[in-house]
Amino acid sequence: MSEQNQPKEHDQEHHIVSPVTYGAILLALLIFTGLTVWASYIDLGAWQIAPGLTLFWNPVVALAIACTKMTLVVLFFMHVKYSRKLTKLTVASGFFVFIVLIGMTMTDYFTRAWGRW
Amino acid sequence: MSAATIVSLPDQSTARIPKMNFLTKENGLLSWLLTGDHKRIATLYLISISFFFFVGGSLAGLIRLELLTPQTSLMAADTYNKVFTMHGVIMVFLFLVPSVPATIGNFVIPMMVGARDLALPKINLLSWYLYIIAGFMVIYTMAAGGVDTGWTFTSPLSTHYLNTHVISTGLAIFVAGFSSIFTGLNFIVTIHKMRAPGMTWFRLPLFVWSNYAASILMVLGTPVLAITLVLVVLERTVHIGVFDPAYGGDPILFQHLFWFYSHPAVYIMILPGMGVISEVVSTFSRKRVFGYTAVAFSSVAIAVFGFFVWAHHMFIMGISNYAALVFSLLTMLVAVPSAIKIFNWAFTLYKGSITFETPMLYAFGFMGLFTIGGMTGVFLGATGTDIHLTETYFIVAHFHFVMVGGMLMAFLSGIHFWWPKWTGRMYPEKISQLAAIVTFIGFNFTFFPQFILGTLGMPRRYAAYPPEFQALNVFSTAGATILGVGYLLPILYLTWSLRYGAVAGNNPWQATGLEWQTQSPPLTENFPEIPIVDHEAYDYEWLERQQEKEVASVG
Amino acid sequence: MSDSTSTANGAVVEVHHEHPPYQRHHFESVDQQFDATNFAMWLFLLTEIMFFGGLFTSYLIMRNWYYPAFVEASHQLNIGWGTANTAVLIVSSFTMAMGVWSAEMRKKGMLILFLSLTWLLGMAFLGIKSIEYTEKWEKFHVPGLHWSDSSFLNPASDPEVYSEYHDKPLAPDMAAKTEMYFFLYFAMTGMHALHMIIGISILTFMIIRARQGAYTTGHVTYVENFGLYWHFVDIVWIFLFPLLYLISRY
Repeated sequence: MSEQNQPKEHDQEHHIVSPVTYGAILLALLIFTGLTVWASYIDLGAWQIAPGLTLFWNPVVALAIACTKMTLVVLFFMHVKYSRKLTKLTVASGFFVFIVLIGMTMTDYFTRAWGRW
Repeated sequence: MSAATIVSLPDQSTARIPKMNFLTKENGLLSWLLTGDHKRIATLYLISISFFFFVGGSLAGLIRLELLTPQTSLMAADTYNKVFTMHGVIMVFLFLVPSVPATIGNFVIPMMVGARDLALPKINLLSWYLYIIAGFMVIYTMAAGGVDTGWTFTSPLSTHYLNTHVISTGLAIFVAGFSSIFTGLNFIVTIHKMRAPGMTWFRLPLFVWSNYAASILMVLGTPVLAITLVLVVLERTVHIGVFDPAYGGDPILFQHLFWFYSHPAVYIMILPGMGVISEVVSTFSRKRVFGYTAVAFSSVAIAVFGFFVWAHHMFIMGISNYAALVFSLLTMLVAVPSAIKIFNWAFTLYKGSITFETPMLYAFGFMGLFTIGGMTGVFLGATGTDIHLTETYFIVAHFHFVMVGGMLMAFLSGIHFWWPKWTGRMYPEKISQLAAIVTFIGFNFTFFPQFILGTLGMPRRYAAYPPEFQALNVFSTAGATILGVGYLLPILYLTWSLRYGAVAGNNPWQATGLEWQTQSPPLTENFPEIPIVDHEAYDYEWLERQQEKEVASVG
Repeated sequence: MSDSTSTANGAVVEVHHEHPPYQRHHFESVDQQFDATNFAMWLFLLTEIMFFGGLFTSYLIMRNWYYPAFVEASHQLNIGWGTANTAVLIVSSFTMAMGVWSAEMRKKGMLILFLSLTWLLGMAFLGIKSIEYTEKWEKFHVPGLHWSDSSFLNPASDPEVYSEYHDKPLAPDMAAKTEMYFFLYFAMTGMHALHMIIGISILTFMIIRARQGAYTTGHVTYVENFGLYWHFVDIVWIFLFPLLYLISRY
């Protein structure tokens, strides 16, 4: 709990990421950008989960790629991979509350108009 | 009122206020306006929120006067709408949200964790300036003709129908929101990173824990309100938007986004107050807070649950029945950590050496009134009863019991409790005890009748009402008069005490917090040297040993 | 880091050996200062996430309500410009990361170079964005100010987009909802552009300071924290790009 007496984590704080890693991440990000544009030009179809409830794959793929890119940026460019637990927890709590905002709002919209979503 | 007291003041004939302290360190207006010292910023905040409290309080007085008679006798209906809206806006955003955190919290948290200042002093000052800018914008709004949406800015009323100053109020709250975000952010960083050596998480006073929980809510909730208000302002200016059904928007979306902040905001308001009560109850019953860990975690639990319950404000607004069910069940969860706190304070009192100084009287007021306010919240959280009670005076009484009966009592309790530390002088005990009792009586007279009015079906936010409700309304207005006296008294005697109060000494209450182990008023650096903490919070035996040691070394 | 650990072990000695000039008085050590400001920056980014969260929620719900309008309206966006901007922003994130690296390695020349590159890429992003905005203005696609829904009532009147998508005409009430799409488009990209402008202003200040040798003496906090902000703005765009440009092609 106390962050004061943890020299091990302290050493990690000033981990310097090498330019090679940055270059590799840049390359990956550009490839993913190309990939998501390419995927958007293809009709990936849809999945009829139930009558009135359809999942289109194009947005799912696009958002999955966006999430991957975000993860790369957060982990490497923003050094979260090399940061202490507190930073990781902070990032996680941000996404958690973001999901709560969207998810709990959606519980209302989903159930207000069954089948229209 | 027993004669027993724990107050131990230094010999008044020799005692002096320390020459060097944070108030005397530098002089001149600029030394205050450009200060980085958390104690000075807290003082600035205290003065400014007191001002807005009295503006908001006067508006409340006008509301009660208007409701004395069933007809619209004092003001026209639209003026009445503006008055209650400005009352709500000022009290919620300019008083309740910053009240305990930005004043008392700002003042004591760095000392409690054993730091020289908050982690980001400039951001702290920026937060006060943002608050002042927001305050000026609200005053401008009032001068320009006011706003009459209610403090909730309900769309499409706020975006479509009204021609009052929604934009300036919305932007004012946007600015006030960032003031509150910066305070919360500063607290979290300070509590994580600035603790003195040996000050582990479970040695922190519970006031710190509850402010930590409130700060999480400020940081994560407030930006959603900010963007919502930006969207409202945009909708009014470009006449297209996502909230107004006339443009194809969804007013319930506004409700979702608004209450996503504004429900946690209720906990932003009450949690720091609960922290004050923990300190006061422990000090005046000379016992460690019963179930320290449970109380600490209940604060965090309230903060976390706070994000899952917002739609209980929207049961009658057209959300789906299924969502209402889920949110209703989750709402009941919040009762658990709140009850944990109340029970633990009660157990702390059990077999304690209780004395009845003013802060403790306010704390007792808090416990009783907050319990009533919280329990009636369960009525409103249950979907069935909510449909009958919501938008009536029942809900007005409910949140005034929590906010005024709870938070304001806690604020006054805290102000009296830390007043000696803040100014170096005691407030006059007898008259302040009287004020605490007058406040309690006045409060109950004002708001208890409103529960009955609500169950009888009197709707809120109307200037006129059917004559059969008049008797209870007269009761309520009479109570408000008493309440007003109760709030005026502290201003008078606290100002008086700045010059004539008895010199308090370092630790008049014999309390254990680190802030009491330094001089009063404290040095700008808080401590001559950073303390090393080797004891638990509320360890009164440690305090006794410490004092014996001092006596031994002096002798 | 030795300061905080030695006092934690109970040594009462005041450790006041050579404070670097950038250490603020109320911190016990430089490390504490770095940790605190870094953590504060992360907390600020949390508020930023939630700030954009409200916009994303609105977009999600409105897109599902007015799906046909949102699909046709998004066909008006130029994927070419969008992709170019994404690439520009990603590269700027890379140069920013390299800027932090240069500051850590105390290479003043490299730091100025990478900060300037980031500045240029940021301006390039805004330049491309303004080309897109101008096009929206010319086509009457600015909601509330310069608006007409004729491109959606009669898609064939806009041959450039029509030749690619062959959109069917929308019913008048649905066509009116395209204005909502553009409202959200301008709100989201505008809020993002505002963050870019703030970032570029701070960058300008940082480049001047870096030329005076400010960040290459071991005090990287400022550069590092600004980097976090810049990457965050990049991440927002990483999501805006598919949501606004890509997902409505099929």
